[in-house]
Amino acid sequence: MPRSGRLASALLSILMFALFLAIWQVATRPGGGEQAADTEYAKMLGSAAASGQKSAMPSPKDVGLKMWEHVKDPFYVRGTNDQGIGIQIAYSIGRVMLGFGLAALVAIPLGFLIGMSPLLYRAFDPFIQVLKPISPLAWMPLALYTIKDSATSSIFVIFICSLWPMLINTAFGVSAVRREWLNVARTLEVSPMRKAFQVVLPAAAPTIMTGMRISVGIAWLVIVAAEMLVGGTGIGYFVWNEWNNLSISNILCAILLIGLVGMLLDQILARLARAVTYPE
Amino acid sequence: MSGFKNPYDPNVELSAGCACGAHATPAEHDAAVEACSLESGSEALHARVVESAVMRALFPHDEMRRRFLRAVGAGTALSAISTFFPLGAAKEAFAQSGKLEKQSVKIGFIPITCATPIIMSLPMGFYARQGLNVDVVKTAGWAVIRDKTLNKEYDAAHMLSPMPLAITLGVGSNPIPYTVPAIENINGQAITLSVKHKDKRDPKTWKGFKFAVPFDYSMHNYLLRYYLAEHGIDPDKDVQIRSVPPPEMVANLRADNIDGFLAPDPVNQRAVYDGVGFIHVLTKELWDGHPCCAFAASKEFVTTNPNTYRALLKAIVDATAYAAKPENRKQIAEAIAPVNFLNQPVTVVEQVLTGNYADGLGNILKVPNRIDFDPFPWQSFAIWIMSQMKRWGQVKGNIDYAKVAREVFLATDATKIMKEAGLKPPATTSKKFSVMGKEFDPAKPDAYIESFAIKRS
Repeated sequence: MPRSGRLASALLSILMFALFLAIWQVATRPGGGEQAADTEYAKMLGSAAASGQKSAMPSPKDVGLKMWEHVKDPFYVRGTNDQGIGIQIAYSIGRVMLGFGLAALVAIPLGFLIGMSPLLYRAFDPFIQVLKPISPLAWMPLALYTIKDSATSSIFVIFICSLWPMLINTAFGVSAVRREWLNVARTLEVSPMRKAFQVVLPAAAPTIMTGMRISVGIAWLVIVAAEMLVGGTGIGYFVWNEWNNLSISNILCAILLIGLVGMLLDQILARLARAVTYPE
Repeated sequence: MSGFKNPYDPNVELSAGCACGAHATPAEHDAAVEACSLESGSEALHARVVESAVMRALFPHDEMRRRFLRAVGAGTALSAISTFFPLGAAKEAFAQSGKLEKQSVKIGFIPITCATPIIMSLPMGFYARQGLNVDVVKTAGWAVIRDKTLNKEYDAAHMLSPMPLAITLGVGSNPIPYTVPAIENINGQAITLSVKHKDKRDPKTWKGFKFAVPFDYSMHNYLLRYYLAEHGIDPDKDVQIRSVPPPEMVANLRADNIDGFLAPDPVNQRAVYDGVGFIHVLTKELWDGHPCCAFAASKEFVTTNPNTYRALLKAIVDATAYAAKPENRKQIAEAIAPVNFLNQPVTVVEQVLTGNYADGLGNILKVPNRIDFDPFPWQSFAIWIMSQMKRWGQVKGNIDYAKVAREVFLATDATKIMKEAGLKPPATTSKKFSVMGKEFDPAKPDAYIESFAIKRS
């Protein structure tokens, strides 16, 4: 894209964001309700309720201030149930990495195998088709019941949700390697191992990376929900805990951070995917 | 605190009746408050708990105990009982602090004021005083807390008192024997309605309402159903009752998804604080002294770590006694309100605990025993809960009420101490009480169910 075009799109983005903030600010402007007469009674209520209203959505300024509070001191520990937002995000990323890593260890070799053999491909297909659409959170009660450890259970849930996209993409990528290249390998009498690593793997790499990119996105989506369900630590727990306190400002901060971290994870894998693509 | 009363006094009812709702006379209330004085009276307090438990066990019917005491006198009774029951040994067994098998203990809790004794024991040092290093872990829901306790991630947990019964009966989960060594709080719930129903204070006008309760197997569900049915509203046909986790209740009330709820505090007070609801009635008005949440520990934990269990229970009994004193409530509210525990504004928790609260309609009410704390797990509570499970069709067929109550609610300190002393624990520890003016006789639960016009069984 030419430079001027990029500048224009950036300006447009900023404009849209500013417009969004302005609408938000106007929409959450405090209404002019009269203060309750009995001050002792008013003190027992939240500020909105004291002026005879329901508590309102926070304004962008409230959220900004809250965000600054969190960013200023992200790694504090004030007890088991009260830790800084940086620590919570680190817990979540750690879980995603573990579950995702384990899934990659299983899915890529298995996908390779399935992709190489049309027989296995057809044999595995019905299982994959049934297991793939199951919401990962539906596994949670089963995992808690059988694994008997909530931390491992949430990692298992990440594992199971990131498994399928990688498995299917790997199998597809491997089975779709161009016939001519395999034939060339055969004419040159390349050993099977060498064929796998030097012909099939590089050829299928872009598809495998796409699968991994989809997987990490899903894993990040799921971890928040899983942590809300199980609690303890993680950004999902943070959201749940602040929901408990009906603190919309805190929840909005968390939402923003979840989005940023998700984008970061996606960008990392996009970079990796670009590194393994090849011109045909 | 009925657990802390003088059991040798014929004038004392080992059940409800004073300013805090737990003593026969105001004078006795003061005496109990004094006895509970933490620094000096902790030992005496434990002795009193043991004596009460023994007397209760020997005389399951309060009337019998009082007649006996009136006939022979307290002194004679004491010496007579001492001859065949080593009271001293039992008190010692309760008081002795053997080597703790496990110093670090994890306890799960749900962030509601029912968990007060479990939570406050950490910041206020009740666990530390017993040499325990306790971690209290906030948990997202009742099913999760159950599973985590089963998985042994938690050594003990905060549960709704009907849960261990439901689990033991095998309704809503696999049958697994659970134990309730202590009830945490009595009273402390309320029916909250959306502010738009300000003028609909008569339950008869509630047809078509949508209500929320925290869990199917909760006192909240049974009390709401009872209340509605007493007003001629069929809880299954005329209204809708859903199970909604407490944190979502205020949000749902705000969004008009529900018309009201019967919920644990601080949810009710929080609805007032946020200007979305008003407190229609405290559950204390339906049944003064009803149990709500329980302190539950797995049987395995109790048997493999008897000293740790005893130390834990001691901490909880001490904390409960401390919480029972109205003058301590403010301090407790400040200790349990932070993010690490309830994560609520201090004023909300304070209004719940002190009973000096805004009702959402512009009035300030003063109900000191809005929530109260009493550790004794009465078996008649268990029988009432099961009678409601049966009434609403959660349990089909016959229940051996007394047996289940004994198995679940009798895994108490009292029984344990009696067993340690080499005695066979007597059959029941029950008391009569009335719910909305209707007396419940724990000896005839089935007749009780039959007496209701609206029922499912």
